[in-house]
Amino acid sequence: MTSELDIFVGNTTLIDEDVYRLWLDGYSVTDAVALRVRSGILEQTGATAAVLQSDTMDHYRTFHMLERLLHAPPKLLHQLIFQIPPSRQALLIERYYAFDEAFVREVLGKKLSKGTKKDLDDISTKTGITLKSCRRQMESCSVAQAGVQWRDLSSLQPPPPGFRDYAAIVFFANNRFETGKKKLQYLSFGDFAFCAELMIQNWTLGAVGEAPTDPDSQMDDMDMDLDKEFLQDLKELKVLVADKDLLDLHKSLVCTALRGKLGVFSEMEANFKNLSRGLVNVAAKLTHNKDVRDLFVDLVEKFVEPCRSDHWPLSDVRFFLNQYSASVHSLDGFRHQALWDRYMGTLRGCLLRLYHD
Amino acid sequence: MPGKLKVKIVAGRHLPVMDRASDLTDAFVEVKFGNTTFKTDVYLKSLNPQWNSEWFKFEVDDEDLQDEPLQITVLDHDTYSANDAIGKVYIDIDPLLYSEAATVISGWFPIYDTIHGIRGEINVVVKVDLFNDLNRFRQSSCGVKFFCTTSIPKCYRAVIIHGFVEELVVNEDPEYQWIDRIRTPRASNEARQRLISLMSGELQRKIGLKVLEMRGNAVVGYLQCFDLEGESGLVVRAIGTACTLDKLSSPAAFLPACNSPSKEMKESPLVHPPSHGCRSTHNSPIHTATGSRLTQNFSVSVPTLIYTGMGSGSAGKEGGPFKALLRQQTQSALEQREFPFFTLTAFPPGFLVHVGGVVSARSVKLLDRIHNPDEPETRDAWWAEIRQEIKSHAKALGCHAVVGYSESTSICEEVCILSASGTAAVLNPRFLQDGTVEGCLEQRLEENLPTRCGFCHIPYDELNMPFPAHLTYCYNCRKQKVPDVLFTTIDLPTDATVIGKGCLIQARLCRLKKKAQAEANATAISNLLPFMEYEVHTQLMNKLKLKGMNALFGLRIQITVGENMLMGLASATGVYLAALPTPGGIQIAGKTPNDGSYEQHISHMQKKINDTIAKNKELYEINPPEISEEIIGSPIPEPRQRSRLLRSQSESSDEVTELDLSHGKKDAFVLEIDDTDAMEDVHSLLTDVPPPSGFYSCNTEIMPGINNWTSEIQMFTSVRVIRLSSLNLTNQALNKNFNDLCENLLKSLYFKLRSMIPCCLCHVNFTVSLPEDELIQVTVTAVAITFDKNQALQTTKTPVEKSLQRASTDNEELLQFPLELCSDSLPSHPFPPAKEHLESASSNSGIPAAQRDRCSSWIELIKLKAQTIRRGSIKTTMTVEKASPVGDGNFRNRSAPPCANSTVGVVKMTPLSFIPGAKITKYLGIINMFFIRETTSLREEGGVSGFLHAFIAEVFAMVRAHVAALGGNAVVSYIMKQCVFMENPNKNQAQCLINVSGDAVVFVRESDLEVVSSQQPTTNCQSSCTEGEVTT
Repeated sequence: MTSELDIFVGNTTLIDEDVYRLWLDGYSVTDAVALRVRSGILEQTGATAAVLQSDTMDHYRTFHMLERLLHAPPKLLHQLIFQIPPSRQALLIERYYAFDEAFVREVLGKKLSKGTKKDLDDISTKTGITLKSCRRQMESCSVAQAGVQWRDLSSLQPPPPGFRDYAAIVFFANNRFETGKKKLQYLSFGDFAFCAELMIQNWTLGAVGEAPTDPDSQMDDMDMDLDKEFLQDLKELKVLVADKDLLDLHKSLVCTALRGKLGVFSEMEANFKNLSRGLVNVAAKLTHNKDVRDLFVDLVEKFVEPCRSDHWPLSDVRFFLNQYSASVHSLDGFRHQALWDRYMGTLRGCLLRLYHD
Repeated sequence: MPGKLKVKIVAGRHLPVMDRASDLTDAFVEVKFGNTTFKTDVYLKSLNPQWNSEWFKFEVDDEDLQDEPLQITVLDHDTYSANDAIGKVYIDIDPLLYSEAATVISGWFPIYDTIHGIRGEINVVVKVDLFNDLNRFRQSSCGVKFFCTTSIPKCYRAVIIHGFVEELVVNEDPEYQWIDRIRTPRASNEARQRLISLMSGELQRKIGLKVLEMRGNAVVGYLQCFDLEGESGLVVRAIGTACTLDKLSSPAAFLPACNSPSKEMKESPLVHPPSHGCRSTHNSPIHTATGSRLTQNFSVSVPTLIYTGMGSGSAGKEGGPFKALLRQQTQSALEQREFPFFTLTAFPPGFLVHVGGVVSARSVKLLDRIHNPDEPETRDAWWAEIRQEIKSHAKALGCHAVVGYSESTSICEEVCILSASGTAAVLNPRFLQDGTVEGCLEQRLEENLPTRCGFCHIPYDELNMPFPAHLTYCYNCRKQKVPDVLFTTIDLPTDATVIGKGCLIQARLCRLKKKAQAEANATAISNLLPFMEYEVHTQLMNKLKLKGMNALFGLRIQITVGENMLMGLASATGVYLAALPTPGGIQIAGKTPNDGSYEQHISHMQKKINDTIAKNKELYEINPPEISEEIIGSPIPEPRQRSRLLRSQSESSDEVTELDLSHGKKDAFVLEIDDTDAMEDVHSLLTDVPPPSGFYSCNTEIMPGINNWTSEIQMFTSVRVIRLSSLNLTNQALNKNFNDLCENLLKSLYFKLRSMIPCCLCHVNFTVSLPEDELIQVTVTAVAITFDKNQALQTTKTPVEKSLQRASTDNEELLQFPLELCSDSLPSHPFPPAKEHLESASSNSGIPAAQRDRCSSWIELIKLKAQTIRRGSIKTTMTVEKASPVGDGNFRNRSAPPCANSTVGVVKMTPLSFIPGAKITKYLGIINMFFIRETTSLREEGGVSGFLHAFIAEVFAMVRAHVAALGGNAVVSYIMKQCVFMENPNKNQAQCLINVSGDAVVFVRESDLEVVSSQQPTTNCQSSCTEGEVTT
């Protein structure tokens, strides 16, 4: 006796959250059944393995049919084939577009297209995430990149929590920031997402001009490209290190303010010019796309690593950066105060986040 | 009554990409009705076209309106080649033809293609203007309402129940026409869909005409079926019960929907009085010219068993004259009718007087080509024959009517088994004689009371019983005789007293048969049938005893014929009726008593069985009150009876007649183990595992013993196909496989629905088919309903309360007798109703004297009065207590709003005639849809499972879309009548046909109703009652 066909169709589509998770994680039916057996469900319900197998197959089939709709969430809301309560629909979408940080950390800053899909195999072996799941997450990233427009179409309020993170992923992918270098390995996805958010808010086209008048203006932040004009202007900051007097004045201002307050004052004093040169040169270089890509590498090389080698505590870094950016306002010969604030305000936040072991 | 049909095509969405180059579609729509076609403009390059067409107007006869479906085809315009069809929508405009139903059909319909499935949606608006035309000779029957529901629909009142209507139409199956060889599968499928749609329209119209002739205005319990006879044609047949229904006008008069579906049938209907009953000639056209045609047909009539109790009988002396009188009165009324059959399964209180038992008839026929589709005489004659047989069976049981009547077929190649079954019953004679509506209320009132156990009383003559039965005095009234076991095809009457809960009982059976041709095949089948019937019956009986129960309701026996085997599947809901005697246990007897180890084995088995019975009694909460010995005699079987032969596997059914009448007072059921077969039997008895805790199942509308449903429902269809390995095809292996298949299916259901616990699977409907040599297909449709566990514990109180509520919500007349009602509803109450009540009632309408004799003893009366009063006072306090849990229930309902903000409206589907926690306010019309789906890329669509899963989901979607377009939010009495699945994996092909039907309705949540009613201070009483109903 072999089973040829075995289906269950409910008027309301049954969604088993546990099985959905297993499916999303890319387990095959056999593996999923094994995992469910291990979870002790058979003992709880008194079911047999055959029942579990049939149940899992059934759910997988349903999810497989739903996947087409999940690729375009508004379709899921308007389709007639599956009757799913709104709360369940939200859950389906939210879970489908959730990702593993480990995976995202790998693809961060890479092109979200075919090129990297070939590398999915490597990522899968490296992170231990199944290939299927990697493929899904890659696809959701592309969906997010291709058009975030479905978000406003969907009546799902508030947006899924993972959604802000997609902004970071797409932002990094658009600007092709390098994140894979060995010296950047210590940084988590969270660190990058934090920086991305700051940059999106301050350095993109959407950030200029209109002040946030209503809460919906968040949507403008989705402008995923850096403000080219702003990057060009950053060249002007070079004067801070190129002009020797200005540099000395800046140093003395910072040193006076921080004397006695910093545990690593002598190291700071000795390194000031190097650090300042590093930070300003990063800004000046941002005109070239290639250098934009290396932004995080540069920041780590030029600032994080020197400080770390001198064992600066985080609080001292904060003091220093605050003072460093604030004292520029007292430099009389410097005319680009606003530009400096836009640049340094964001950079300060990023650096503080990046500064850890 | 010609009419004008107006159609407007508004827009489309989610269309498929038809032009690969642009990834877009240039869509336009063709609207066709009859022979007229209109077209919209082409909407260029869009997947979401906005046609916003003008109103397309069709001027048509009402005959066409009834027969033809509106056909909407969406196409992709192609300048150079032929336009590609995207898909079609068929809209049955019948619901627009009755005055009270829908006025407009408007909404998004899935665009369906038989090859690709659903491809986008289209928004359509349809209206009909009817012109009144009182043409006497009209061919149409617009205005006759159709209901699939097998009880009087809520929000209607039955004025007269006229009786049986039937009709069949035949045609050639397009799939088997010569043209099919040259046309595409799509064209062939569409031709078939269209033809069946036309035929069912025609059938409905013809039935409607019969109803009008009978002066009815509605058909209730309408059941339409297709017989795909292959080469010999396509038969569409329907049966139903003609009624005159009155709409209950004011919504305030609606009584809360409550849990028992038939509770709202407050008004008692009248069976059509004999003076009007001259319709028999129209009722069922009998074609006398059977001569040449019939002799050509090979036909075997199968001797049928009449199911009722088994066991040995004892003679009684009482009750004869009354019954004779009853029979005389009713027979005169019903004999006017050719077939006194009713497709209803639930009845207004008092309608049913006695139930005799299940009657069924089967006949094996050889199909031949239908020569003249306009005169389907052969098929008509076949059914007439079977109905005649049913009628005579009923007569043998002393009954003049058959209720819960249904017909079915099973076809394999050229052999066809026709089956009909129902429950022989005696209907109330006064309903037959008194034609005035006014008298109804009082009549029903007092009629209500005696029927509490009355329907269990035997209608036949004890001295002249049609079969051996063991009779005792009714455990409720102690006056009339009852059988030890009662089998019926109807739902449990709402006023019946049940102890504990019910459960689904199934008998499953397979028999191998040799492959044969034509006559030899038919003969082989008809030889096998009686044995199968007998064994199915024995299995049912054994399982019933094992459950410790004594009655079966909703019994449905399906015999399916295949190439090399016959399958029998009987499903029913077992209950313990308080009026019937406690079932005896099951005794096992060995043939070789001297063998020590064997004896030990036997006693081991015996112990196991006894344990199971005890466990089941506990599980289903069967704890009947102790009965004093002197009334019924000793229920304990004597040990020497163990050796007595009652039944054995290997012997033929003739053995039954060898019952020893002298010793069979209260026999235990004896199973003799004389060979491995019998051993298997006993084993299989014990392998049926009860559902996991928190689950109950039944195949009737509601679960006896549970009456506090909450609002969550989940209707589902599950299909399984197994392939038998051809090596070990023995009867035992087959039986085991089949048994495992069904059991595993049930287990899967329990597992899948575990999140709904505590819940009950209601209306579990199994269908077996044998699509190929080694394939068995089982299709199950059922609904899972959640209930409140805490309140379930109070089952003993609830009936009391229910009736109080009923009394208080009911009309003034009822309020005069609340106490009597209450006392009567006590499950353990062993006495007949109060005397003064009976007297007052009888003075009104003159009960036959015999009936009054029922409460003869004055002592009983005094006891009764005392109890009545006590119960009455207790009850009032109970209602007050009840008020608090109600609040909870409502709160829960509100906290989970019915998804109002969703973009797609939720449409509930249920095989039941009601929606728990809600009130049906309007019937929008019948939904009867037929779909074919075919694929030539089976693997790509996920194999057979993926294919069928998607198709069934699509069918549900299309049903929901049609209901929503009618303005409804639910389908009740939903049934999947056919699911024919054929596959050819080698060719990567599969085809499936599905036929579904149901009633589209509008329902309102009871919690919402309450808000409305509590705003009106005058209806204060009513609202409190509404609350009460929610909890029960």
